[in-house]
Amino acid sequence: MQIAIASGKGGTGKTTVATSLALSADKATQYLDCDVEEPNGHIFLKPDFNHSEICTVTIPEVNTEKCTACGKCKDICRYNAIVQFGDTVMTFPEMCHSCLGCFLVCEDDALISSTREIGVLESGIASGIDFVHGHVRIGEAMGVPLLKAVKAKADPDKLVIIDAPPGTSCPFVESISNVDYVILVTEPTPFGLYDLKLAVQVLQNFNIPGGIIINRSDLGDNKVQEFCEEVGLPVLMEIPFERKIAEGYARGKPLIETVPELRTAFNNVLEQLTRQMA
Amino acid sequence: MKELLVLSGKGGTGKTSIVGSFAHMAESKIMLDCDVDASDLHLLLSPVPVEEHEFRSGVKARVNSEKCSTCGMCAELCQFDAVSMHDTAEILRISCEGCGVCAHFCPEQAITLEENHCGTWYISDTEFGPLVHSQLFAGEENSGKLVSHIKSQARNLAEKTSAELILIDGSPGIGCPVIASLSNVDHVLIVTEPTQSGKHDLERVLQLTRHFKIPTMICINKWDLHPELSDEIEFLALEEDIEIVGKIPFDPMVIDCQIQGVPVTSSKTSLAAYSLRVLWDTVQKRINGLQSSQGIQTLS
Repeated sequence: MQIAIASGKGGTGKTTVATSLALSADKATQYLDCDVEEPNGHIFLKPDFNHSEICTVTIPEVNTEKCTACGKCKDICRYNAIVQFGDTVMTFPEMCHSCLGCFLVCEDDALISSTREIGVLESGIASGIDFVHGHVRIGEAMGVPLLKAVKAKADPDKLVIIDAPPGTSCPFVESISNVDYVILVTEPTPFGLYDLKLAVQVLQNFNIPGGIIINRSDLGDNKVQEFCEEVGLPVLMEIPFERKIAEGYARGKPLIETVPELRTAFNNVLEQLTRQMA
Repeated sequence: MKELLVLSGKGGTGKTSIVGSFAHMAESKIMLDCDVDASDLHLLLSPVPVEEHEFRSGVKARVNSEKCSTCGMCAELCQFDAVSMHDTAEILRISCEGCGVCAHFCPEQAITLEENHCGTWYISDTEFGPLVHSQLFAGEENSGKLVSHIKSQARNLAEKTSAELILIDGSPGIGCPVIASLSNVDHVLIVTEPTQSGKHDLERVLQLTRHFKIPTMICINKWDLHPELSDEIEFLALEEDIEIVGKIPFDPMVIDCQIQGVPVTSSKTSLAAYSLRVLWDTVQKRINGLQSSQGIQTLS
């Protein structure tokens, strides 16, 4: 079973919930941190990494000896990654989406397959949990291929917890696609609610079942609960604001270590979802 | 005309609350919300839209089922797993990157490329001046392109209204929309929080602003929730030669103001509001080229 923890708004407690769920599970569990721009799961789970790989995408490089400047590669490229001035064909690796169209149309075998590094994927073990995350290279705008590489490590025999990036655009969608269930973590504030509604819209578009966890549930108003009732989304859990929790979080301590009583609550959420998905 | 971009790396550190307060205090400015897929600034500024425009960017493939011979060529060539074969080829809209390879090679010419309508952008009036904002449709891509588009619209508007400053709310992360929002920016203010995650993400976003050589300042929000970690961040800033331009205490009034839909600085009694006024005073000086008297601020 794959459960993604997502939010829309950033900083609502995705990683807090994701790490606590992983640590509360009774069965073999895997943790995939899909926030490749700003991964934080490792701060709480402190894995011992035993594997690292550089993630690359394929980009074209022009072999000037063979290039006849026919213009076909520049014509098929919709990302302005190939331009031509007179007889000179130039590539802009950062613009390339790796669709491979240019290779397919080149009849002179004048494009050499080269690579662009987009980041590093690391994996290891944290308290018995299989841990995988990625760091996108600083300045790299296309993190999704790295995110896909992290997701591709999903173990079908394990409970897979996916920590998704904030927002509601492509990295978020890629993280939640094909999962069995999405837990949206929100806070009871106007910002939290506004972004929650956007995230819920994506779940509805893709027809993915989901539920809500309200974090810092006592700092704000009741509008999130009202919204959940209105659209029929279950509130799986509420976590109050406590200085003790904030301090533990600040130091990188998993929530269920700060408040051990919550282990049962997280475990119950997992049990409930397992029954529901069966 | 200057551009100030507020970033954070980590989400939820307080970017929008701070930009909302700056909007309340700054003179001769326009506001721009570059957090295009989860924008919240409008919730503090009560905008009244004056202009509304469709945002179209890129293309999506579409199969003409009458012509499709289900040969599977498109599925084989697609690098984005956007084609699945059923009674005809079907395009998974969300995975389609609009590269057009399938359409180019389809032997039946059964695939067309259609312009992608992926969001809406607005110019609005607010009590504090004009706001350029947008909404990328839920689940869409092209966030970077929408950011670039509304940035150029904001620049035009700032020139037309002779505004001296564009106050920009950024997105979390360090990826596509953040990189797009950095273009031509004069100053970046990073809002961080005294947590291990906040510090980790601050380091990544600092590397990014250094990569693009943009003058950067740091502000620590909710600093008193963990004073020791706040000190660690100040030490990091000292090492990196970056000025801490302000520290804002944790104040539940920030949430009260958010619920009322007003900037925190409109509250006369809030502690955070006081610190935000001091912060704005310093940021304004830096934007206008006045340096800190001690160079780098010393550790508290």
